[in-house]
Amino acid sequence: MKPQSKTRFKPMPERSENQHVILRVVAKLLIPLIAVYGLYVHFHGDYGPGGGFQAGVIFASSIILYALIFGLDEAKRVVPPSWIRIIMSLGVLVFGGTGVATWLLGGEYLNYTMFAPDSTHAAGQHWGIFAVEIGVLLTVTSVILAIFYAFGSRGGSRRGSHSPNPVDGDKS
Amino acid sequence: MNFLTPAFILDVGLLAMLVVVAFAVVRLRSLFAIVMLQGVYSLISAAWFVSLDAVDVAFTEAAVGAGISTVLMLGAMLLTEREVKPVPMRRQWAPLFIVVITGMAMFYAIGDMPVFGDPNSIANATLGVEYVEATKSQIIIPNVVSAVLASYRGYDTFGETVVVFVAGLGIVLLLGLNGNAGKWRAKPNGQDVSQIGAEDAS
Amino acid sequence: MTMVFEHFNFAVVIVLMMTGLFAVFASHNMIKKLVGLSVFQTSVFLLYISLSKVTGGRPPVLSKKELHGYGDSYAKAGDGADAAYKTVEKTAEIIYSNPLPHVLILTAIVVGVATLAIGLALVVRTREEYGSIEEDEIDAYNYQDNLEGVSR
Repeated sequence: MKPQSKTRFKPMPERSENQHVILRVVAKLLIPLIAVYGLYVHFHGDYGPGGGFQAGVIFASSIILYALIFGLDEAKRVVPPSWIRIIMSLGVLVFGGTGVATWLLGGEYLNYTMFAPDSTHAAGQHWGIFAVEIGVLLTVTSVILAIFYAFGSRGGSRRGSHSPNPVDGDKS
Repeated sequence: MNFLTPAFILDVGLLAMLVVVAFAVVRLRSLFAIVMLQGVYSLISAAWFVSLDAVDVAFTEAAVGAGISTVLMLGAMLLTEREVKPVPMRRQWAPLFIVVITGMAMFYAIGDMPVFGDPNSIANATLGVEYVEATKSQIIIPNVVSAVLASYRGYDTFGETVVVFVAGLGIVLLLGLNGNAGKWRAKPNGQDVSQIGAEDAS
Repeated sequence: MTMVFEHFNFAVVIVLMMTGLFAVFASHNMIKKLVGLSVFQTSVFLLYISLSKVTGGRPPVLSKKELHGYGDSYAKAGDGADAAYKTVEKTAEIIYSNPLPHVLILTAIVVGVATLAIGLALVVRTREEYGSIEEDEIDAYNYQDNLEGVSR
Protein backbone atom coordinates (compact mmCIF):
# COMPACT_ATOMS: atom_id res chain seq x y z
CA MET A 1 0.00 0.00 0.00
CA LYS A 2 1.20 3.42 -0.88
CA PRO A 3 2.04 5.73 2.00
CA GLN A 4 -0.71 8.19 2.46
CA SER A 5 -0.13 11.83 1.89
CA LYS A 6 0.51 14.19 4.71
CA THR A 7 -0.64 17.16 2.66
CA ARG A 8 -3.89 18.87 3.42
CA PHE A 9 -5.68 21.86 2.03
CA LYS A 10 -3.75 23.85 4.59
CA PRO A 11 -0.47 24.71 2.92
CA MET A 12 0.61 26.99 5.76
CA PRO A 13 2.26 25.04 8.58
CA GLU A 14 2.21 26.70 11.97
CA ARG A 15 5.93 26.41 12.52
CA SER A 16 6.99 29.09 10.05
CA GLU A 17 4.98 32.25 10.22
CA ASN A 18 6.87 34.06 7.52
CA GLN A 19 6.38 31.61 4.71
CA HIS A 20 4.39 32.67 1.66
CA VAL A 21 4.37 36.35 2.53
CA ILE A 22 3.75 37.31 -1.08
CA LEU A 23 0.90 34.83 -1.36
CA ARG A 24 -0.72 36.18 1.76
CA VAL A 25 -0.42 39.81 0.75
CA VAL A 26 -1.67 39.20 -2.77
CA ALA A 27 -4.52 37.06 -1.48
CA LYS A 28 -5.57 39.74 0.97
CA LEU A 29 -5.65 42.14 -1.94
CA LEU A 30 -7.56 39.80 -4.23
CA ILE A 31 -10.15 38.24 -1.94
CA PRO A 32 -12.32 41.35 -1.48
CA LEU A 33 -12.07 42.06 -5.20
CA ILE A 34 -13.24 38.54 -6.05
CA ALA A 35 -16.12 38.79 -3.58
CA VAL A 36 -17.23 42.16 -4.95
CA TYR A 37 -16.88 40.84 -8.48
CA GLY A 38 -19.13 37.94 -7.56
CA LEU A 39 -21.77 40.37 -6.32
CA TYR A 40 -21.35 42.45 -9.49
CA VAL A 41 -21.88 39.36 -11.62
CA HIS A 42 -24.97 38.55 -9.61
CA PHE A 43 -26.68 41.92 -9.72
CA HIS A 44 -25.58 42.61 -13.28
CA GLY A 45 -26.94 39.28 -14.47
CA ASP A 46 -29.98 40.89 -16.05
CA TYR A 47 -27.89 43.14 -18.25
CA GLY A 48 -24.95 41.01 -19.27
CA PRO A 49 -23.53 37.56 -18.82
CA GLY A 50 -23.94 36.43 -15.26
CA GLY A 51 -26.53 35.42 -12.74
CA GLY A 52 -26.97 33.48 -9.55
CA PHE A 53 -25.15 30.32 -10.59
CA GLN A 54 -21.95 32.02 -11.71
CA ALA A 55 -22.01 34.57 -8.90
CA GLY A 56 -22.43 31.82 -6.32
CA VAL A 57 -19.40 29.98 -7.62
CA ILE A 58 -17.26 33.12 -7.80
CA PHE A 59 -18.27 34.25 -4.32
CA ALA A 60 -17.56 30.81 -2.91
CA SER A 61 -14.20 30.73 -4.67
CA SER A 62 -13.16 33.89 -2.84
CA ILE A 63 -13.67 32.09 0.47
CA ILE A 64 -11.98 28.97 -0.92
CA LEU A 65 -8.97 31.11 -1.80
CA TYR A 66 -8.96 32.40 1.77
CA ALA A 67 -9.01 28.83 3.05
CA LEU A 68 -6.19 27.78 0.73
CA ILE A 69 -3.92 30.59 1.86
CA PHE A 70 -4.76 30.99 5.54
CA GLY A 71 -5.92 27.50 6.40
CA LEU A 72 -9.28 25.82 6.66
CA ASP A 73 -9.76 26.58 10.34
CA GLU A 74 -9.44 30.30 9.70
CA ALA A 75 -11.99 30.05 6.89
CA LYS A 76 -14.34 28.21 9.22
CA ARG A 77 -14.16 31.15 11.56
CA VAL A 78 -15.19 33.45 8.71
CA VAL A 79 -18.05 31.25 7.48
CA PRO A 80 -18.93 28.70 10.17
CA PRO A 81 -20.20 25.31 8.93
CA SER A 82 -23.40 25.78 10.91
CA TRP A 83 -24.27 28.80 8.75
CA ILE A 84 -23.74 26.79 5.62
CA ARG A 85 -26.41 24.26 6.49
CA ILE A 86 -28.87 27.07 7.16
CA ILE A 87 -28.03 29.14 4.08
CA MET A 88 -28.14 26.07 1.85
CA SER A 89 -31.76 25.38 2.72
CA LEU A 90 -32.61 29.08 2.92
CA GLY A 91 -31.77 29.48 -0.77
CA VAL A 92 -34.16 26.72 -1.82
CA LEU A 93 -36.78 28.21 0.47
CA VAL A 94 -36.38 31.65 -1.10
CA PHE A 95 -36.82 30.16 -4.57
CA GLY A 96 -39.79 28.05 -3.57
CA GLY A 97 -41.22 30.84 -1.45
CA THR A 98 -41.22 33.17 -4.45
CA GLY A 99 -43.44 30.68 -6.20
CA VAL A 100 -45.72 30.42 -3.20
CA ALA A 101 -45.90 34.21 -2.99
CA THR A 102 -47.08 34.46 -6.59
CA TRP A 103 -49.56 31.74 -5.78
CA LEU A 104 -50.96 33.70 -2.86
CA LEU A 105 -51.16 36.82 -5.03
CA GLY A 106 -53.51 34.97 -7.35
CA GLY A 107 -51.26 33.82 -10.16
CA GLU A 108 -49.71 30.52 -11.16
CA TYR A 109 -46.65 29.13 -9.43
CA LEU A 110 -43.64 31.32 -10.37
CA ASN A 111 -45.77 33.73 -12.41
CA TYR A 112 -43.82 36.85 -11.49
CA THR A 113 -46.17 39.24 -13.23
CA MET A 114 -48.34 39.03 -10.11
CA PHE A 115 -45.82 41.15 -8.18
CA ALA A 116 -46.73 44.19 -10.26
CA PRO A 117 -49.67 43.36 -12.54
CA ASP A 118 -50.19 46.91 -13.81
CA SER A 119 -46.59 47.68 -14.69
CA THR A 120 -45.90 48.70 -18.28
CA HIS A 121 -42.26 47.67 -18.22
CA ALA A 122 -42.64 44.29 -16.55
CA ALA A 123 -41.51 45.36 -13.10
CA GLY A 124 -43.07 42.24 -11.63
CA GLN A 125 -40.84 40.06 -13.78
CA HIS A 126 -37.80 42.04 -12.64
CA TRP A 127 -38.69 41.56 -8.97
CA GLY A 128 -39.38 37.87 -9.46
CA ILE A 129 -36.13 37.25 -11.29
CA PHE A 130 -34.28 39.18 -8.60
CA ALA A 131 -35.79 37.08 -5.80
CA VAL A 132 -35.20 33.82 -7.59
CA GLU A 133 -31.60 34.67 -8.38
CA ILE A 134 -31.00 35.48 -4.71
CA GLY A 135 -32.21 31.99 -3.85
CA VAL A 136 -29.91 30.44 -6.46
CA LEU A 137 -26.97 32.52 -5.21
CA LEU A 138 -27.46 31.44 -1.59
CA THR A 139 -27.80 27.75 -2.42
CA VAL A 140 -24.93 27.55 -4.89
CA THR A 141 -22.52 29.53 -2.68
CA SER A 142 -23.19 27.45 0.40
CA VAL A 143 -23.21 24.10 -1.42
CA ILE A 144 -19.86 24.82 -3.06
CA LEU A 145 -18.47 25.85 0.32
CA ALA A 146 -19.97 22.76 1.97
CA ILE A 147 -18.31 20.54 -0.62
CA PHE A 148 -14.99 22.28 -0.10
CA TYR A 149 -15.21 22.11 3.69
CA ALA A 150 -16.12 18.42 3.53
CA PHE A 151 -13.16 17.50 1.34
CA GLY A 152 -10.77 19.88 3.02
CA SER A 153 -11.35 18.75 6.58
CA ARG A 154 -11.62 15.04 5.82
CA GLY A 155 -7.94 14.28 6.11
CA GLY A 156 -7.16 16.20 9.27
CA SER A 157 -9.21 14.31 11.79
CA ARG A 158 -8.70 10.86 10.34
CA ARG A 159 -5.36 9.64 11.56
CA GLY A 160 -4.65 9.46 15.25
CA SER A 161 -8.31 9.58 16.14
CA HIS A 162 -10.43 6.62 17.09
CA SER A 163 -10.95 4.56 13.99
CA PRO A 164 -12.09 1.00 14.61
CA ASN A 165 -11.62 0.07 10.97
CA PRO A 166 -7.99 -0.07 9.94
CA VAL A 167 -7.68 2.27 7.02
CA ASP A 168 -4.69 0.98 5.17
CA GLY A 169 -6.12 -2.17 3.73
CA ASP A 170 -4.63 -4.68 6.18
CA LYS A 171 -8.01 -6.24 6.76
CA SER A 172 -7.76 -9.09 4.29
CA MET B 1 -18.90 28.13 -49.11
CA ASN B 2 -15.55 29.43 -48.02
CA PHE B 3 -14.14 27.64 -45.01
CA LEU B 4 -10.88 29.47 -44.48
CA THR B 5 -12.38 32.27 -42.42
CA PRO B 6 -10.62 33.34 -39.21
CA ALA B 7 -13.55 32.05 -37.14
CA PHE B 8 -13.30 28.61 -38.71
CA ILE B 9 -9.56 28.45 -38.17
CA LEU B 10 -10.05 29.48 -34.54
CA ASP B 11 -12.71 26.83 -34.02
CA VAL B 12 -10.60 24.10 -35.56
CA GLY B 13 -7.57 25.18 -33.54
CA LEU B 14 -9.46 25.08 -30.26
CA LEU B 15 -11.02 21.72 -31.10
CA ALA B 16 -7.62 20.31 -32.01
CA MET B 17 -6.32 21.39 -28.61
CA LEU B 18 -9.30 19.72 -26.98
CA VAL B 19 -8.60 16.45 -28.79
CA VAL B 20 -4.94 16.53 -27.76
CA VAL B 21 -5.83 17.19 -24.12
CA ALA B 22 -8.48 14.45 -24.08
CA PHE B 23 -6.06 11.88 -25.51
CA ALA B 24 -3.45 12.95 -22.97
CA VAL B 25 -5.98 12.38 -20.17
CA VAL B 26 -6.50 8.82 -21.39
CA ARG B 27 -2.81 8.07 -21.79
CA LEU B 28 -1.36 9.60 -18.62
CA ARG B 29 -0.92 7.78 -15.34
CA SER B 30 -0.11 10.58 -12.91
CA LEU B 31 -3.37 11.60 -11.28
CA PHE B 32 -2.14 15.14 -10.67
CA ALA B 33 -1.48 15.63 -14.38
CA ILE B 34 -4.84 14.08 -15.26
CA VAL B 35 -6.72 16.38 -12.90
CA MET B 36 -4.91 19.49 -14.11
CA LEU B 37 -5.51 18.53 -17.74
CA GLN B 38 -9.20 18.19 -16.94
CA GLY B 39 -9.10 21.83 -15.83
CA VAL B 40 -7.28 22.76 -19.04
CA TYR B 41 -9.95 20.91 -21.02
CA SER B 42 -12.70 22.91 -19.31
CA LEU B 43 -10.86 26.17 -19.92
CA ILE B 44 -10.40 25.49 -23.64
CA SER B 45 -14.07 24.52 -23.87
CA ALA B 46 -14.92 27.83 -22.23
CA ALA B 47 -12.86 29.60 -24.89
CA TRP B 48 -14.79 27.79 -27.59
CA PHE B 49 -18.09 28.67 -25.93
CA VAL B 50 -17.17 32.35 -26.32
CA SER B 51 -16.55 31.73 -29.98
CA LEU B 52 -19.99 30.09 -30.17
CA ASP B 53 -21.68 33.21 -28.71
CA ALA B 54 -22.56 31.42 -25.45
CA VAL B 55 -21.01 33.96 -23.11
CA ASP B 56 -23.00 32.90 -20.06
CA VAL B 57 -22.05 29.28 -20.52
CA ALA B 58 -18.41 30.18 -21.06
CA PHE B 59 -18.46 32.18 -17.84
CA THR B 60 -19.91 29.29 -15.88
CA GLU B 61 -17.65 26.71 -17.42
CA ALA B 62 -14.55 28.78 -16.67
CA ALA B 63 -15.61 29.34 -13.05
CA VAL B 64 -17.01 25.88 -12.32
CA GLY B 65 -15.24 23.48 -14.65
CA ALA B 66 -11.79 24.99 -14.58
CA GLY B 67 -11.92 26.37 -11.05
CA ILE B 68 -14.09 24.52 -8.58
CA SER B 69 -14.02 21.01 -10.01
CA THR B 70 -10.24 21.11 -10.33
CA VAL B 71 -9.94 22.11 -6.68
CA LEU B 72 -12.36 19.33 -5.71
CA MET B 73 -10.53 16.70 -7.71
CA LEU B 74 -7.20 17.80 -6.26
CA GLY B 75 -8.71 17.50 -2.79
CA ALA B 76 -10.03 14.02 -3.50
CA MET B 77 -6.68 13.06 -5.01
CA LEU B 78 -4.83 14.19 -1.91
CA LEU B 79 -7.13 12.04 0.21
CA THR B 80 -6.63 8.97 -1.97
CA GLU B 81 -3.79 8.22 -4.37
CA ARG B 82 -1.33 9.91 -6.70
CA GLU B 83 -0.75 7.28 -9.36
CA VAL B 84 -3.01 5.26 -11.56
CA LYS B 85 -2.10 1.59 -11.63
CA PRO B 86 -1.54 0.44 -15.22
CA VAL B 87 -4.33 -1.48 -16.86
CA PRO B 88 -3.13 -4.48 -18.89
CA MET B 89 -3.62 -4.17 -22.62
CA ARG B 90 -5.83 -7.25 -22.86
CA ARG B 91 -8.42 -5.53 -20.69
CA GLN B 92 -8.56 -2.45 -22.92
CA TRP B 93 -9.69 -4.14 -26.13
CA ALA B 94 -13.32 -4.59 -25.15
CA PRO B 95 -13.83 -0.94 -24.13
CA LEU B 96 -12.04 0.18 -27.29
CA PHE B 97 -14.32 -2.01 -29.38
CA ILE B 98 -17.47 -0.64 -27.72
CA VAL B 99 -16.28 2.95 -28.06
CA VAL B 100 -15.36 2.56 -31.73
CA ILE B 101 -18.71 0.93 -32.57
CA THR B 102 -20.62 3.67 -30.74
CA GLY B 103 -18.55 6.36 -32.43
CA MET B 104 -19.17 4.83 -35.86
CA ALA B 105 -22.92 4.77 -35.21
CA MET B 106 -22.83 8.43 -34.22
CA PHE B 107 -20.74 9.33 -37.27
CA TYR B 108 -23.37 7.62 -39.40
CA ALA B 109 -25.99 9.95 -37.91
CA ILE B 110 -24.02 13.14 -38.60
CA GLY B 111 -25.58 13.60 -42.03
CA ASP B 112 -29.00 14.17 -40.48
CA MET B 113 -27.79 16.95 -38.20
CA PRO B 114 -28.13 20.62 -39.15
CA VAL B 115 -25.14 22.34 -40.68
CA PHE B 116 -22.89 24.21 -38.24
CA GLY B 117 -24.15 27.77 -37.80
CA ASP B 118 -27.30 27.20 -39.83
CA PRO B 119 -29.77 30.01 -39.03
CA ASN B 120 -32.62 28.03 -40.62
CA SER B 121 -32.30 24.84 -38.61
CA ILE B 122 -35.49 23.97 -36.79
CA ALA B 123 -34.14 24.73 -33.33
CA ASN B 124 -32.60 28.07 -34.28
CA ALA B 125 -35.33 29.38 -36.58
CA THR B 126 -38.37 28.71 -34.44
CA LEU B 127 -38.14 28.36 -30.68
CA GLY B 128 -34.94 30.33 -30.13
CA VAL B 129 -36.22 33.32 -32.07
CA GLU B 130 -39.54 33.11 -30.26
CA TYR B 131 -37.87 33.38 -26.88
CA VAL B 132 -35.81 36.36 -28.02
CA GLU B 133 -38.87 38.15 -29.37
CA ALA B 134 -40.98 37.38 -26.30
CA THR B 135 -38.26 38.63 -23.96
CA LYS B 136 -38.28 42.01 -25.71
CA SER B 137 -41.87 42.69 -24.76
CA GLN B 138 -42.64 40.42 -21.81
CA ILE B 139 -39.59 40.34 -19.54
CA ILE B 140 -37.77 43.46 -20.78
CA ILE B 141 -34.29 42.62 -19.56
CA PRO B 142 -31.37 42.59 -21.98
CA ASN B 143 -29.95 39.17 -21.12
CA VAL B 144 -32.22 36.63 -22.80
CA VAL B 145 -30.45 33.75 -21.07
CA SER B 146 -31.29 35.17 -17.64
CA ALA B 147 -34.88 35.78 -18.72
CA VAL B 148 -35.38 32.23 -19.94
CA LEU B 149 -33.50 30.78 -16.98
CA ALA B 150 -35.35 32.57 -14.24
CA SER B 151 -38.75 33.27 -15.75
CA TYR B 152 -39.78 31.11 -18.70
CA ARG B 153 -38.00 28.03 -17.41
CA GLY B 154 -38.37 28.86 -13.74
CA TYR B 155 -39.52 25.35 -12.89
CA ASP B 156 -36.40 23.88 -14.47
CA THR B 157 -34.18 26.23 -12.53
CA PHE B 158 -36.01 25.43 -9.33
CA GLY B 159 -35.40 21.76 -10.01
CA GLU B 160 -31.72 22.41 -10.66
CA THR B 161 -31.41 24.39 -7.45
CA VAL B 162 -32.97 21.52 -5.53
CA VAL B 163 -30.55 19.10 -7.21
CA VAL B 164 -27.61 21.25 -6.13
CA PHE B 165 -29.07 21.41 -2.62
CA VAL B 166 -29.54 17.63 -2.49
CA ALA B 167 -25.99 17.13 -3.73
CA GLY B 168 -24.79 19.37 -0.90
CA LEU B 169 -26.83 17.34 1.56
CA GLY B 170 -25.33 14.15 0.18
CA ILE B 171 -21.82 15.52 0.67
CA VAL B 172 -22.63 16.54 4.23
CA LEU B 173 -23.97 13.05 4.94
CA LEU B 174 -21.09 11.23 3.26
CA LEU B 175 -18.16 13.26 4.52
CA GLY B 176 -19.50 15.74 7.05
CA LEU B 177 -18.82 19.45 7.12
CA ASN B 178 -16.06 18.91 9.65
CA GLY B 179 -14.84 15.69 8.09
CA ASN B 180 -16.31 13.50 10.79
CA ALA B 181 -19.13 11.62 9.05
CA GLY B 182 -18.85 7.87 9.34
CA LYS B 183 -16.45 8.10 12.28
CA TRP B 184 -19.06 7.87 14.97
CA ARG B 185 -19.60 4.48 16.55
CA ALA B 186 -22.39 3.54 18.93
CA LYS B 187 -21.06 2.58 22.35
CA PRO B 188 -23.82 1.09 24.50
CA ASN B 189 -22.69 0.80 28.14
CA GLY B 190 -19.31 2.17 27.16
CA GLN B 191 -18.54 -0.87 25.02
CA ASP B 192 -17.20 -0.42 21.52
CA VAL B 193 -19.61 -2.68 19.68
CA SER B 194 -17.94 -2.44 16.30
CA GLN B 195 -14.65 -3.55 17.85
CA ILE B 196 -16.27 -6.68 19.29
CA GLY B 197 -17.79 -7.45 15.90
CA ALA B 198 -14.41 -7.14 14.26
CA GLU B 199 -12.88 -9.57 16.76
CA ASP B 200 -15.62 -12.10 16.18
CA ALA B 201 -15.09 -11.87 12.47
CA SER B 202 -11.38 -12.60 12.67
CA MET C 1 -15.82 16.35 -48.14
CA THR C 2 -18.01 19.42 -47.84
CA MET C 3 -20.31 17.45 -45.58
CA VAL C 4 -17.48 16.78 -43.16
CA PHE C 5 -16.49 20.44 -43.17
CA GLU C 6 -20.03 21.62 -42.62
CA HIS C 7 -20.43 19.23 -39.70
CA PHE C 8 -16.89 19.51 -38.34
CA ASN C 9 -18.22 20.34 -34.87
CA PHE C 10 -20.12 17.07 -34.64
CA ALA C 11 -17.20 15.04 -35.97
CA VAL C 12 -14.77 16.43 -33.41
CA VAL C 13 -17.27 16.33 -30.57
CA ILE C 14 -17.95 12.66 -31.25
CA VAL C 15 -14.23 11.94 -31.06
CA LEU C 16 -14.04 13.83 -27.75
CA MET C 17 -17.09 12.07 -26.34
CA MET C 18 -15.75 8.66 -27.24
CA THR C 19 -12.39 9.53 -25.71
CA GLY C 20 -14.13 10.39 -22.46
CA LEU C 21 -16.22 7.25 -22.64
CA PHE C 22 -13.11 5.17 -23.19
CA ALA C 23 -11.52 6.72 -20.11
CA VAL C 24 -14.63 5.71 -18.14
CA PHE C 25 -14.67 2.15 -19.47
CA ALA C 26 -11.03 1.26 -19.65
CA SER C 27 -9.51 2.77 -16.52
CA HIS C 28 -9.87 1.01 -13.20
CA ASN C 29 -8.90 3.98 -11.09
CA MET C 30 -12.04 5.66 -9.81
CA ILE C 31 -10.74 9.22 -9.96
CA LYS C 32 -9.59 8.70 -13.54
CA LYS C 33 -13.03 7.31 -14.29
CA LEU C 34 -14.60 10.48 -12.91
CA VAL C 35 -12.23 12.65 -14.95
CA GLY C 36 -13.28 10.68 -18.01
CA LEU C 37 -16.91 11.21 -17.10
CA SER C 38 -16.22 14.93 -16.75
CA VAL C 39 -14.56 15.04 -20.18
CA PHE C 40 -17.54 13.18 -21.62
CA GLN C 41 -19.93 15.61 -19.96
CA THR C 42 -18.08 18.69 -21.21
CA SER C 43 -18.13 17.23 -24.73
CA VAL C 44 -21.90 16.89 -24.54
CA PHE C 45 -22.04 20.55 -23.53
CA LEU C 46 -19.96 21.37 -26.60
CA LEU C 47 -22.41 19.43 -28.78
CA TYR C 48 -25.40 21.34 -27.47
CA ILE C 49 -23.80 24.76 -27.66
CA SER C 50 -22.46 24.19 -31.15
CA LEU C 51 -26.03 23.40 -32.23
CA SER C 52 -27.16 26.81 -31.03
CA LYS C 53 -24.59 28.80 -33.02
CA VAL C 54 -25.93 30.96 -35.82
CA THR C 55 -23.42 32.21 -38.38
CA GLY C 56 -23.04 35.95 -38.05
CA GLY C 57 -25.10 35.92 -34.88
CA ARG C 58 -24.46 37.82 -31.70
CA PRO C 59 -24.51 36.62 -28.11
CA PRO C 60 -28.15 36.68 -26.90
CA VAL C 61 -27.85 39.94 -24.98
CA LEU C 62 -30.30 42.45 -26.41
CA SER C 63 -29.49 46.07 -27.00
CA LYS C 64 -31.49 48.41 -24.81
CA LYS C 65 -33.17 50.02 -27.81
CA GLU C 66 -34.86 46.77 -28.66
CA LEU C 67 -36.62 46.48 -25.33
CA HIS C 68 -40.17 47.73 -25.32
CA GLY C 69 -40.78 50.64 -22.97
CA TYR C 70 -37.09 51.09 -22.29
CA GLY C 71 -36.01 52.46 -25.64
CA ASP C 72 -37.18 56.06 -25.14
CA SER C 73 -35.51 56.72 -21.84
CA TYR C 74 -32.25 55.17 -22.95
CA ALA C 75 -32.32 57.00 -26.27
CA LYS C 76 -32.54 60.31 -24.44
CA ALA C 77 -29.63 59.36 -22.25
CA GLY C 78 -27.76 58.71 -25.48
CA ASP C 79 -25.00 56.59 -23.99
CA GLY C 80 -22.16 55.75 -26.30
CA ALA C 81 -22.72 52.02 -26.15
CA ASP C 82 -25.86 52.33 -28.21
CA ALA C 83 -24.11 54.16 -31.00
CA ALA C 84 -22.59 50.90 -32.13
CA TYR C 85 -25.99 49.27 -32.26
CA LYS C 86 -27.44 52.08 -34.33
CA THR C 87 -25.09 51.45 -37.22
CA VAL C 88 -25.76 47.74 -37.10
CA GLU C 89 -29.49 48.27 -37.04
CA LYS C 90 -29.37 50.47 -40.08
CA THR C 91 -27.66 47.89 -42.22
CA ALA C 92 -29.42 44.70 -41.19
CA GLU C 93 -31.56 43.19 -38.52
CA ILE C 94 -29.47 41.78 -35.69
CA ILE C 95 -29.54 38.01 -35.43
CA TYR C 96 -28.87 36.31 -32.13
CA SER C 97 -27.64 32.84 -31.39
CA ASN C 98 -30.22 30.50 -29.92
CA PRO C 99 -30.44 31.20 -26.16
CA LEU C 100 -32.33 28.04 -25.22
CA PRO C 101 -29.43 25.51 -25.26
CA HIS C 102 -27.38 28.05 -23.33
CA VAL C 103 -29.90 27.95 -20.49
CA LEU C 104 -30.00 24.17 -20.43
CA ILE C 105 -26.23 23.83 -20.36
CA LEU C 106 -25.75 26.65 -17.86
CA THR C 107 -27.71 24.77 -15.23
CA ALA C 108 -26.26 21.43 -16.33
CA ILE C 109 -22.73 22.65 -15.61
CA VAL C 110 -23.53 23.60 -12.02
CA VAL C 111 -25.47 20.40 -11.42
CA GLY C 112 -22.57 18.54 -13.02
CA VAL C 113 -20.06 19.82 -10.50
CA ALA C 114 -22.43 19.01 -7.63
CA THR C 115 -22.86 15.42 -8.79
CA LEU C 116 -19.13 15.16 -9.47
CA ALA C 117 -18.55 16.13 -5.86
CA ILE C 118 -20.90 13.34 -4.74
CA GLY C 119 -18.91 10.89 -6.83
CA LEU C 120 -15.63 12.09 -5.36
CA ALA C 121 -17.07 11.83 -1.85
CA LEU C 122 -18.00 8.21 -2.55
CA VAL C 123 -14.46 7.60 -3.82
CA VAL C 124 -12.99 9.09 -0.64
CA ARG C 125 -15.21 6.90 1.54
CA THR C 126 -14.34 3.84 -0.54
CA ARG C 127 -10.69 4.57 -0.04
CA GLU C 128 -11.16 4.85 3.71
CA GLU C 129 -13.03 1.57 3.83
CA TYR C 130 -10.94 -0.51 1.42
CA GLY C 131 -7.61 1.27 1.34
CA SER C 132 -7.68 1.45 -2.43
CA ILE C 133 -9.47 3.16 -5.28
CA GLU C 134 -8.57 0.59 -7.91
CA GLU C 135 -11.55 -1.51 -8.87
CA ASP C 136 -9.52 -4.70 -9.23
CA GLU C 137 -8.21 -4.51 -5.69
CA ILE C 138 -11.66 -3.74 -4.28
CA ASP C 139 -13.11 -6.68 -6.20
CA ALA C 140 -10.36 -8.95 -4.94
CA TYR C 141 -10.96 -7.76 -1.39
CA ASN C 142 -14.70 -8.41 -1.65
CA TYR C 143 -14.01 -11.83 -3.16
CA GLN C 144 -11.70 -12.67 -0.29
CA ASP C 145 -14.34 -11.54 2.15
CA ASN C 146 -16.93 -13.76 0.54
CA LEU C 147 -14.61 -16.76 0.61
CA GLU C 148 -14.06 -16.29 4.32
CA GLY C 149 -17.76 -15.90 4.89
CA VAL C 150 -17.44 -12.51 6.49
CA SER C 151 -20.55 -10.46 6.08
CA ARG C 152 -20.01 -6.78 6.41
